[in-house]
Order: sequence, then C-alpha cells, then structure tokens
Amino acid sequence: MGEADECRRMKKTVFVTVGTTCFDALVKVVDTQQVKEELARKGYTHLLIQMGRGSYIPSTSSGEDGSLAVEYFTFSPSIADYMKSASLIISHAGSGSIFESLQLSKPLIVVVNEDLMDNHQIELAEELAERKHLLFTRPQTLYETVRTMDLESRIPYPPADATPVAKLMDKFLGFDD
Amino acid sequence: MENANHLCCPINIILFVISIFVARVAYVLYWSGKPLRTLIRQPMCTLIILGSGGHTAEMLNLVAVLEKDKYTPRFYIAALTDNMSLQKAQVLEESLAHQMHESARERTEVAQFMKIYRSREVGQSYLTSVGTTLVAIVHALWLVFKIKPQVVICNGPGTCIPLCAAAFLLKVVGIKWSYIFYVESIARVKKLSLSGLLLYKSNLADQFFVQWPQLQKKYPKAHYFGCLM
Repeated sequence: MGEADECRRMKKTVFVTVGTTCFDALVKVVDTQQVKEELARKGYTHLLIQMGRGSYIPSTSSGEDGSLAVEYFTFSPSIADYMKSASLIISHAGSGSIFESLQLSKPLIVVVNEDLMDNHQIELAEELAERKHLLFTRPQTLYETVRTMDLESRIPYPPADATPVAKLMDKFLGFDD
Repeated sequence: MENANHLCCPINIILFVISIFVARVAYVLYWSGKPLRTLIRQPMCTLIILGSGGHTAEMLNLVAVLEKDKYTPRFYIAALTDNMSLQKAQVLEESLAHQMHESARERTEVAQFMKIYRSREVGQSYLTSVGTTLVAIVHALWLVFKIKPQVVICNGPGTCIPLCAAAFLLKVVGIKWSYIFYVESIARVKKLSLSGLLLYKSNLADQFFVQWPQLQKKYPKAHYFGCLM
C-alpha cells in the first residue's frame, strides 16, 4: 500500500497529443527507444499517446522493469483532464492544443507536421518559442530537444485580456457611458 | 421622342441601374470604418461567427467580455460539419444566463444558434467546390436577411466571407446597416489569412484587429490591442 502511494506521488506523465489530425511521424518518433530512454532519464515515468487518426500503433509497456510505462488511445472526450495531469506535453502545432497547454502552464514541446501543406501554424509555434513560452521542434529533432531541454528557462504565458478590443468596439458603436 | 426611345433601350436601363449600384457601393464603403457619432442606448443585434481550429475559443473569449445588454440578441453561426463550436457557445450563454438569473425562455430570446453550409470542406476538390460555394452564398444571404444583424463579429473561418459579403449587400440595398468587426486569428503571426486579406483589402470590415504587433506594422489600417488567447 505504502509502496503504491509512493508510486502515485512520483508519477510523472508525458502526454503526447496530435489532436484530430494524423501525425504518424510524431507517434513513431516518441515510440523510439532513444526518445523513451531519454524521457525516463529526465525522471518521467509514464508516456500517454493520443494518436488521433494515425495508423502507426506504438508499442505499449507496463513499465514494471523501470522503463517508461506506455499507453495510447485514438480519441477521448477528456483530453483536458489528461493535459491537466501531465508533467510535460508534446503536441502537434494546432493552436487549440498550444493555448490549452500554455494556459495550464505546462511545459510544452510543439512538433510541427512537415507533411501539411500551407502550414501557417508553424508561425505561431515559432513566435511563441522565440518568446520562450514553449519549445519548437520537428519529428527528426525531437530527441535532441528532449535531451537538451531546460524547463527552468521557460517563461509562463501571460493571461490574455480581450477587454481592450471590446472597449474599442463599444466606443466605435457609440456605447459610451 | 428620340430621348424617350433612348431611355427605353434596355442597355441604357441596365447601365443606369449599374451606375446607381456602383455609386451606392462607393457610398457604403465611404461610411465603412467611420464610427457611429450618435450616442446609442438601444442594444444591437449581433452576429457572431464561430469556426473550428481555435477560432471559436478566441471568439468566445471576446464575447465573454462584451457587455451583454449592449450586444443583444446574439446569433451564433458555425459550419454545418462543426459539432463542437455551437456547443461551446451554448455553455458560455448558459453560464451568462445563470449569472443574470434568466429563465430558459428569456435565454432563447437573447441567444440563438445556427448552422451554415460551408463553401469548401478541407480536402474537397476545387471543381465541386464551385457548386458548394454557390450553395453557401445563397444560404449566407438567407441567414443574414433573416437575422438582419447590426453588428457582425468574426475572426477568420472560411464561412465569414459569404456572411460578411451578405451583410455588406444588405447595407448596399438599404435593408439594414451593420458594423463588421474582424479580429485576425492569433495563429496568424506574419501573414493575414485569406479571409482576413479579403476583408482588409476590400474595406468591408469597419474595424480590423490583429493579435501580433509585427502584423500591425505590415497592415497599418489594423489595430493591435493584445491577444484574445
């Protein structure tokens, strides 16, 4: 019992999410031994993969031998809960996932899907990476990013405020009080 | 006699109608972007355009801070294939109604939810999208004619183009004057989206907002007032 409690306290989950897309390249790379070993070395104990519409099935593991425990699923209505309980999020470049992670102030690695045409979402991830709110990488460099990541240097994303826009709308429409 | 014949000539009539129409379009465009000078006390009928891929979350963050008694009634429109957006808007409206202690009947009066045909689904071929675009335009005209909004708020999903064009047409023909507010999605950092570019260049949007300072430098008519997310 005491041992189980200890396990729960120590649980550190990496949550990988591809949203509603198909992003096998990301699932494949987190499933490599190299990346999994590096994550374990960093102190993570669990790897949970949301694989979306992809066809590559990652190998699962119970993690009893001291390696990462790996699980996967396709879709779930409770993605938000998985994000909340994660210690690190590795996500596709969708703005929904990005802002959800940042607003939970989770450490975030965004992996861009180079197979997508007109991928304007790279712009957003790049800009937020420049501002040190997240780390931005590609599938082939994910291992390097995990190996060299320094979560202490990230800057929390400031809460947004829509009231200036609303105020200008009011003024424009003559709703002056 | 000759003059009368001249006027009856169908080409002349067509030219006459076209020139009136062009003059009216120019007049409407001239007044677009100019603030309402009179102080208004009446709430304004508001059309809010939602869209998947992050658009809805941004839009609802803005709607959440609007003063509800000014922007009433509110009509939410999302694409027919988008199941999540209207649901999220409903959750927001329910929490607002809860705060205001409104009954279910009052709630349906202040907020309504509608769906619109999309001009093009992701991955649809360009050939078939000609037909679906026509359907989407007619549907947009019908919805806007029914709602007759005074305020239109959108942030860039594809469906906002036919809806804004329909709202503009209602202005031109004199059925209903409206104010179009466009906030470019936060996902656009360096370049405007196609919807944004069309509304910016055509001057259809009365007020145009971007969410990154570097984008405002590139498009000086736009305002930058921080982020919605």
